[in-house]
This record gives sequence, structure tokens and C-alpha cells, in this order.
Amino acid sequence: MDIARTQRPLTPLGTVTAAQARTSKRTRYLFRALLISMALLVALPVLAVFAYVFVPAPDVWQHLVDTVLADYLANSFWLLIGVGFGVLLLGVPVAWLNSMCRFPGQRIFEWALLLPLAMPAYIIAYTYTGMLDFAGPVQTFIRDATGLGYGEYYFPEVRSLPGAIAMLSLVLYPYVYLLARAAFLEQSVCVLEVSRTLGSSAWHSFFHLALPLARPAIITGLSLALMETLADFGTVHYFGVDTFTTGIFRTWFGLGDSAAAAQLAALLMSVVFMLVLLERWSRHKARYHHTSGKYSVLPKQQLRGKWGALAIVVCTLPIVLGFLIPVLQLLYWAFTVGEQSIDQAFLRLVANSLFLAALAAGFALLLALLLGYGKRLDTHPVVRLSARIAALGYAIPGTVIAIGVLIPFVWLDTQLNNLSKAGFGLSLGLLFSGSLFTLLFAYNVRFLAVSLQTVEAGLGKVKPTIDEAGRSLGLKAFGVLRRLHLPMMQGSLLTALLLVFVDVLKELPATLVLRPFNFNTLAVRAYEMAADERLADAGLPSLMIVLVGIIPVILLSYSIGRARAGSKVQA
Amino acid sequence: MFNKLLTGLLCTALLLPAAATADEVNVYSARKEKLIKPLLDQFTAATGIKVNLLTGKADALLKKLELEGENTPADLLITTDAGRLHRAQQAGVLQPVDSATLMAHIPLNMRDPEHYWFGLTYRARPIMYVKARVSPDELSTYEALTDETWKGRICIRSSSNIYNQSLVASMLASQSAEQTQDWANGLVQNFARPPKGGDRDQIKAAAAGQCDIAIANSYYYAAMLAGSDEAQRASAEKLAIFWPNQGADARGTHINISGAAVTKAAKHKDNAIKLLEYMTQDEAQRWYSDVNGEYPVKVGVAANELLQSWGEFKADTLNLSELGTHNAEALRIMDKAGWR
Repeated sequence: MDIARTQRPLTPLGTVTAAQARTSKRTRYLFRALLISMALLVALPVLAVFAYVFVPAPDVWQHLVDTVLADYLANSFWLLIGVGFGVLLLGVPVAWLNSMCRFPGQRIFEWALLLPLAMPAYIIAYTYTGMLDFAGPVQTFIRDATGLGYGEYYFPEVRSLPGAIAMLSLVLYPYVYLLARAAFLEQSVCVLEVSRTLGSSAWHSFFHLALPLARPAIITGLSLALMETLADFGTVHYFGVDTFTTGIFRTWFGLGDSAAAAQLAALLMSVVFMLVLLERWSRHKARYHHTSGKYSVLPKQQLRGKWGALAIVVCTLPIVLGFLIPVLQLLYWAFTVGEQSIDQAFLRLVANSLFLAALAAGFALLLALLLGYGKRLDTHPVVRLSARIAALGYAIPGTVIAIGVLIPFVWLDTQLNNLSKAGFGLSLGLLFSGSLFTLLFAYNVRFLAVSLQTVEAGLGKVKPTIDEAGRSLGLKAFGVLRRLHLPMMQGSLLTALLLVFVDVLKELPATLVLRPFNFNTLAVRAYEMAADERLADAGLPSLMIVLVGIIPVILLSYSIGRARAGSKVQA
Repeated sequence: MFNKLLTGLLCTALLLPAAATADEVNVYSARKEKLIKPLLDQFTAATGIKVNLLTGKADALLKKLELEGENTPADLLITTDAGRLHRAQQAGVLQPVDSATLMAHIPLNMRDPEHYWFGLTYRARPIMYVKARVSPDELSTYEALTDETWKGRICIRSSSNIYNQSLVASMLASQSAEQTQDWANGLVQNFARPPKGGDRDQIKAAAAGQCDIAIANSYYYAAMLAGSDEAQRASAEKLAIFWPNQGADARGTHINISGAAVTKAAKHKDNAIKLLEYMTQDEAQRWYSDVNGEYPVKVGVAANELLQSWGEFKADTLNLSELGTHNAEALRIMDKAGWR
């Protein structure tokens, strides 16, 4: 911990001794090796999928091409386009309103807009289907009131591609909101003031200055939402929308061909990878840093009258649709028809969920810091590439990751067992793959993208000259991170921590496969009830996931508001 | 301080040994915890053998079992369909069990010919019709559902579901691939809507007027009738069950089983067999029927009164291992038919 404080005479420029150069070179190589091996370790399940690319499965592919592949492609494509527009439209305007304007209720909207984050996509799908389905209360009411029957009136079908787009957009827009708002808040207000004094209108400043400056953060939020969309199985499966993800499982288990299934997954990841590269390329090597470190309290524009009312409507809509209505439905289920009660076993589920989420979030943050800062220190292309591949896990369905994680760890366990049997005649059992260790590892594989991208977005906004200044003043690499970066990007760090926390809380497929004996979580309980088509009994555990998820979500919003550099100076 | 705490947690929580050698048995179960745990608790109370339970999706549990190989902690695999048990046997992760009790309790077609797996309960997949709009006289067989008269009147869930895959596999076992393909094409022509939702959703849609016929598993219908949800009960009451393929030389209504098998690498084989045998005892068999609306496999154990009220029916006597054999082909046929 004292590295940074150690007083050390500065080496005069240009007089680095040969010995020093050698040591630093060796350290650099060691560091690079560490970075690459960490990234590759996390990328192992992803690479395991790619290993299947060369196993021939021509017969199954012919069948897929002849019958369902076109559907998979078209549905996944439109789903991505739809959710992409959905999260941008829902997320960016409210982010701007909440960072730059003041209107009635704004303090509440600030955090309430994050609430849908706590709602798992498959659960919001269940609730809306329960309400809006042909047999549900809304349509039944319409039929009773008008006397019309099936096919005699128009009502949008919930369980359809547009329905899936709506559901996913409603729970995923907070990623965009969160990152965009953090970016708007962290922008130096001077830039905006200069723009306004030079005669730009407020709209012009927004579109030509604030938005482009926040672009990396918005794109990060968008890509997180889209990757989550690609990995989603529960919602599209329930809605009967055949996407790539449902196709992977049909091919894997139904047709019994793991090679063809892995190839579908590899194709999916290649598309994601290309999108990531495309985005990088489209920036034309431009870098977006704070051009000025001068912060003052943001002069928030007071919105009154019809503009204030409009702002309120715009902010209320996503909260009502993405949170309040589904929660009311869950409450209704939990307390009228559901049979689940809050007993000791149920509280155990809550504790297990919290424990897993907290531990996984901590690990994910440490790993993201190591890789994110490592990439900053060492710009070697292999380092960058391996970190990119490691973060692909977010677009892969959890079950695929779970199996991908099991393969190497079971292998390791088998080797350990063979050793101990040969040496001591003792069987160890599945030391790694039978314990929570593997599950935590899988969470990191799945959610590294969330923490890494958030940390990178935070780091990216710190100008490299600050690193140089720190180093020239005698700080070592770790000192720069600890004394300069960490305080400057507190908001991003907390965001990374809490996003993974909430994600793990909601995570189902990997938890289902990798948890140890007699260990259940809220998500597992909710799933088991819903899979047995007992939606009402799924109400209480689902509600609990949402409630537990709210706490970090509120904390998150509070801390981001406070972490803005300018507000600290004031305090 | 924090470091110490973390290390402590890591040591205790993360590396908990998965399997010990005490008097216990480890179960991988595709049956949901709610529908198996009470029975396991009774078993523990009766025998003193502790049961460790890991529930999950059948396909993933099977894959896990395959990967873990001889080091797997699992002694018993429980699934809710015969197809997966067959797949497990093909994957070489099961072992045959020699138990006079099981042979005596379970009918021939509901267990594996080579004793690798055993049925514990069975469920039927009959036709359910809306009483107000369909007369049972109009119904006869699954095959007859492709008739023009049913155009736009049939609700059934997605072909991704194993119960539909098994239904088509059972047809493949009794007729040629071409006939089955024609049947699937014809059925899809008569769908009232693109398949979506689960079995209960089909029953609800029929009750609400979107279709006149639903094909669904019998225990879902029972659960809707017996459950606490008024709306669901009202929906279910509008429908009645028709047992298809009942003629003298017909093959009978399609059934599937929930079943279990001892794993090849079982470290507690004796306990696993004890648990298997326990689950075919009269009380356990009756418990399934009462709690989950399934039919007992054991001859002489009466089904729950609600199930009895639907009348006796002739079940398909096809050996259920055939469902697994034909599964992949069944899915291809459904893909070609455009059954989503």
C-alpha cells in the first residue's frame, strides 16, 4: 500500500541505466503474460465453443439451411434492431433530462428510472403475457364489454417478435440511461458553456457536443443491452420467437448435435465480434477525453409548464411500463393465488442470492480493473485482442457458458483425482467443478463485459496526460491507478460493481447447472415455478429478486450523483 | 481484516466437498424441487439416509453427468420423460439395476428392457375439447386431427418442447416417416395460431375461444382444476378430455413417464436403489397422483379421484425407450412441417 508514498528521487530524463531498462522490460513482459493468461482463462469457455468449428456436421447444417436457419437469422436481426432503437429512445432522452434539467419529481426519477434493471426479462414477459394474452383479464374484459369474439377485434399479440422487442427494451434501457447519464454528468460544463456563449442553441449543443462526447458511454450501454438480447433465452422461448439462441438449444438437445450447435454459437459470437470491431473502426481512432478538468456545479435548466409536464411524462412512461405494472401483477399473484410463503427456507434463498451476487460482483470488478488498466499500460495488440475475446461471454447463453466452464474444470478435477488416487489412494471428488468456485468463475465469464466496459468507459475519460503527470511525479503504475484513477472514476467503479450484482441476482441458466447440491437461489425458485407453469407461485420469488435488486440500484444512482467531481469540490 | 475474511470464506464456502462418504445419496433431478423434495424428506425420515438434491433442466444435467464421468457425485438421475433417460443410457452414464421389487412394481413397457431405467409415474397427452363447441363424437384419433374440419381450430405448443417431440416420436414408432411427415404437415395447417406458451396456455386459449381443441398433458389439466386460481379453474372446466386412438386395434393414447436411473459411477448404489424402490411404494405412488395429478405406474395403486373421474383409457403400450430412439427424426419432421 505504500508504493505510492515512497519518496524516490526522480531519475533525470534520459539517464535510465541499462540495468533499470532490463528490469523494467522484464517486468513489462511478465505483466503482459499475466494479462494475456488472465484474459485467456476467462475466454476458455468461449474458445471451447470455437474449437468445434472444424468438426464437420454437413447433414445437420443442410437440414438447418433448408428449414429453420433463415427464421433464426431474420428474427435475431430484427430483435437486435428493435431493441437497439428501443433502448436508445427510452434511455438517452431521460439521461439528458436528468443530468441537465430540473423539473418536478426529478430527484425521484433520477433513481426510479433504474428500477426496471432489477426486473429479469423472462419475468416481465410472464407478467405481460398473464395480463394481455387472449385469455388474460384485459382481453376478456374487452370481449365481455363488447360481445365480440376471437378474430372480431384487433389486439396486438404480446407473444410475438414486437412483444419480445418491447419486453427486452423495457428492462434493458437502464444500461443506456445509466452510462449516458454518468457520461453527461462527468462532462465538463465549461465545454457546454463555451458552446452556448459562442451562440449555439441548447439543442445544437446537445446534438453536436454533448451527444458525441457521450458517444462511447452510450455505445457501451447499447452494446451491453444488445449482447444481453442475443444471450436471452427465457423471453424468446416463452414468446415462441425462434432466434439464434433457441436454435442453438434445439440443435444441441433436440437434434442431438453438439458440433452444429457450437457452430451456431460461434457464428453468433463472430457477428458480435464484428460489431464491436465496426464500432471501434467507426470512431476513426478518435479519442474522447475530458478536455478540461474544470468542474463546477451543473447549472440545471428549470423546466416549467408544458415542457415540465412533457419531461415528467417521458420519465414516467418507462418506469410505469417496465416496473410498476409488472410489480403490481407479481404482487397480485403472490398474495392472492400463490401458495408460496415467507418461511425460513425462503429467507435462505434470499441469503444465498445475496451472497453469490456480492462475491461475484467483487471478483468481476477486480478482474475488470486488472484487464482494463492493463490494457491502458500495455497497448500490445495481443493484450487488447485477448481482453476483447474474454468479454464476448456476455453474448453467449448461460447454459453454453456453464458447459464451457465445466469442461476445463472437470478435466482439472480428474487430473487431481488421478494424482491423489495414485499417491494416497484417496478420492477427492469434484473439488472445483462441484463447488461454488466454478459458478463464480462462470459469472465472471458471463459478466466480464459489463464490468470491463464500464471500467474502460471510466478510464477512457481520464486523459493519458494525467497518467504521465503522475508518473513523472514519482508514482508507479499502481500508484497512478490508486491515487489518481480510482478517485476520478469512483462512479464507474460502483456502476460496474452494482451492475454485475444485479445481473447475477437475475442470472438463471449458469446458476441452474453449476450450483452445488442443496443450494438454491431466488432465480432458481422463480424459474422452477414458472417452468411448471405455476406463474402465480413464481410471483413471490420474482418479487423478492426485484426488491433485493432495488437496493443496489438506488445506491447506484445516489453514488453517481455524488461522485461527480464538481460536487465534491463544493461539499 | 478483509483479506482474512475473504480467505476464510473461500476456504469454507467455495471448496465445500461435493460428496462425502456418509450415509447419503446424491440426486440429479429434472423434476422440480417442489415436486420431489417432500418425498425425499419422507425417505430420509424412514431410512435415515440423507438425500442431496440438485435440480435443473434435464438436458443440462445429462450433459453435466457425461462430462463428470467417473468422478460424478450423482448416484441417481431423475427425469420427466423417457426420451432423456434413453439418451442418458446411450451416452453410457447409467448402469443396469437388478431389483425384484422394481420388476414387480413397474409394468414392462414403463421400464427399460435392459433395466437401465425405470418409470415412476406416467402422464397422458390426450386431446382436450371445448364442450360447448365440439362433440366427442367428432373426435377419434391423433391422425384424424389433420382433417379439413379442424382448420384453424387446434392449439398446441412449440415443437421445442420434449412432450411434442415424444408424441411425434411415438407416431414414428408405429408408422412410416412419410406418413408422419404428412400428419405433421396437416396438423400445422390446422393450427389456430403459431405455437406459443406452455400446455396450460393452450387450455386457456381454447377456453377463451381462440381454438376448439388443445393437446396438453393430463397433469396440467388436473392442476388447473385443483389449483387455487379461480380463472384457471373456470378455463379448465370449459374443456373435457377425449382419449384418442382407443379402438380395438388402435395403439392407445400417447403417454410418457417420469422416471429414474442409477448412474454408472454411483458411489452410493445401494442407497440409490433403496430410494428408487421407495418411490414405487404405494404411498409414494399415491402422493404423486394426489400432489401432481400423475398416474401411478404400480399396478393396483388407485389414481387420484379427479383422474379417475376422467374414465379409464387404453394407453399406448409402446416401450418408451423408442421415444428416445426417434427423437431427432421427430424434430426434423416438425422443422420441415414448419411446426415452430
